[in-house]
Amino acid sequence: MVQNKTEILIKQIEETAGQLGDVQLMEICGTHTVSLFRTGVKSLLPANVHLISGPGCPVCVTSQGYIDAACELAGRPGMTICTYGDMVRVPGRVGSLEHLRARGAQVVVVYSPRDAVRYAASHPDREVVFLGVGFETTAPATAAAVLEAQREGLKNFSVLTAHKLVMPAMLAMLATGEMRVNGFLCPGHVSIVTGSEVYRPIVQVYARPCVVAGFEPEQLLRGILQLLRQLTQGRAEVENVYGVAVTPDGNPSAQRILEQVFEPADAVWRAMGTIPLSGLELRAAWSDFDARRRFGVIFGKDYDPPGCRCGEVIQGKTQPIECPLFARTCTPATPVGPCMVSSEGTCAAWYKYGRSGTDRAMFHNAGGSRR
Amino acid sequence: MNMDWTPGQAAGNDEVVIAHGGGGEQTRRLIAEHVLPKLGNALLAPLMDSAVLTVAAGRIAFTTDSFVVQPLVFPGGDIGRLAVCGTVNDLAVMGAVPQALSLALVLEEGLPFRMLDQVVDSIAAAAREAGVVVATGDTKVIERHRGDGMIITTAGIGVMREGMELSPRRIEPGDRVIVTGRIADHGLAVMSAREGLAFETELLSDVAPLGGLVEAICRAGADLKFMRDPTRGGLAGVVADLADDTGLSIELDEAAIPLSRAARHTAELLGLDPLSIANEGKVVAVAPAADADRLIDACRSHPLGREAAVIGRFTEAQPALVELITRSGGRRVVQRPYGEELPRIC
Repeated sequence: MVQNKTEILIKQIEETAGQLGDVQLMEICGTHTVSLFRTGVKSLLPANVHLISGPGCPVCVTSQGYIDAACELAGRPGMTICTYGDMVRVPGRVGSLEHLRARGAQVVVVYSPRDAVRYAASHPDREVVFLGVGFETTAPATAAAVLEAQREGLKNFSVLTAHKLVMPAMLAMLATGEMRVNGFLCPGHVSIVTGSEVYRPIVQVYARPCVVAGFEPEQLLRGILQLLRQLTQGRAEVENVYGVAVTPDGNPSAQRILEQVFEPADAVWRAMGTIPLSGLELRAAWSDFDARRRFGVIFGKDYDPPGCRCGEVIQGKTQPIECPLFARTCTPATPVGPCMVSSEGTCAAWYKYGRSGTDRAMFHNAGGSRR
Repeated sequence: MNMDWTPGQAAGNDEVVIAHGGGGEQTRRLIAEHVLPKLGNALLAPLMDSAVLTVAAGRIAFTTDSFVVQPLVFPGGDIGRLAVCGTVNDLAVMGAVPQALSLALVLEEGLPFRMLDQVVDSIAAAAREAGVVVATGDTKVIERHRGDGMIITTAGIGVMREGMELSPRRIEPGDRVIVTGRIADHGLAVMSAREGLAFETELLSDVAPLGGLVEAICRAGADLKFMRDPTRGGLAGVVADLADDTGLSIELDEAAIPLSRAARHTAELLGLDPLSIANEGKVVAVAPAADADRLIDACRSHPLGREAAVIGRFTEAQPALVELITRSGGRRVVQRPYGEELPRIC
């Protein structure tokens, strides 16, 4: 049954794409990147439909200065770092959190910030710092954790925040005028919180179609089909094929809790520099839970590791295969940049799931160091 | 037992202390009270420096494994059952009939006796189920914070079946890949109970001794070429190794791979690939296409193999890679996972 639906969608995509020349579509979200590979959808698309990954991998857009600061914090006595798994292997100046853990630092992988709060409650002798990374999807959970820590009167829990907002970065990229993207596949998870209307400026100011889609194969294909249809019809509108989960205005209670705990602030994005009001910082009322103020953390300068082109990859300017390090020096076992580390990173997805044909040759030519 | 508190004694009544590893009276008591009553058999009971076994003439398979799972008890099993099954299964998939195990317990100071008792009970039950004896053992105690409660090392021997020739070198294009049941349950169940990651799930570890299932497979009359239990690294690890070792490509059919709805959704939620998640009660087998049905029937005749399925085939495509034909009809490469699979951010 599912097979039939996807087959029909693929046929429709082929027909629609046949009326167009080369089309560049950007999937903003890292989960979309991975799903497109993992489900094989990427391999089913016509040759003139190109998918480009955007700045939607939370780890990848985190500035190197933050990574270094987190590592420095992990090295202090009495400190326990609680983090999502993706962050553990990102290389910093003095090694990754994984390496620091091997040398004795306490680094605990958690699935949600509430788990970090629970950890703090059961380990009163430790200073527990949660690495607050991610977009509108994860920020409400961090906010809820701060509220919970306050309710429980915890004195040993704080957050080192690097939360980011998707739209300011998208608009900043579009404003450069260098973006060769015809349309955007917009992230289902983020949109559940923000609502689909948040993409309105992209269609109004930059006349690029936006379609919100979920992560199942049928959703991905439907989203791509609608983008292609808009392009053939010369339209640029916000569409939502993920109506099951996403509403125009989003989730008001998630928005409320964000508003209560965080305020928008300028934020540094990897390789993109400081983007005005594109990040979230704890409001002054919650400064007790702000690890940055509490421990005098200083974020150093952002930089790309030598030779690494992650900065261009996350902006869709470079495909992983164009990076000289990809699959040679930089592999999931020996990552140079964050795009190869995170399970949502574009380079990791290419390396892990790269399909047959050209990719076969690519891996072959990359020196056969895949073992 | 004297339950009144007296200095230097009370602690030892409900938890392991350093003295239990000293080799003296306390060690003897620990073994006499917490190990022998549960595991006692004619080989172990004399507590000599070695066990002396009589085995059938022929070839012996010999293996060892250490177990450091956290938490010690997880949905569907515990470190004790895992320590028996892990080693027994490594013997079984080599085509051996498991006979005897050694058991080395490294206990962390402060480990509650009720946890030790639970684990040793579980070892005893799994050994009975697997038809092996725990023939020899050792106990050590390490200081607090130097081990996660308990570390177990088991070694095992098994007698090789006659006439079996399992080697990836015999695999040819067209041969079929078979898995004996649902994948990914073990890894996800353990993860669901881990500190910091706890989440509600109906998933249970599949940890089980595979001797009986392997027996059924071996008797199927198929030209069996290869068996392995897809533990750490999951199914992906085994098939990636097979592609490397044979120099052939493998085409897997995602729709054919047994996977529960709960496991699929949990893996999706955590951003993990079910193919890379550990199993502790499954066999991956390779046989010619003509023997595949026979092999599947044999698996399904055993309770642990009810959901056995043909999931892929070997091809001559070069370079040698594993490709998955996805449910939506697309293709992607399957690789050996890097290391510990970690949940993603969102």
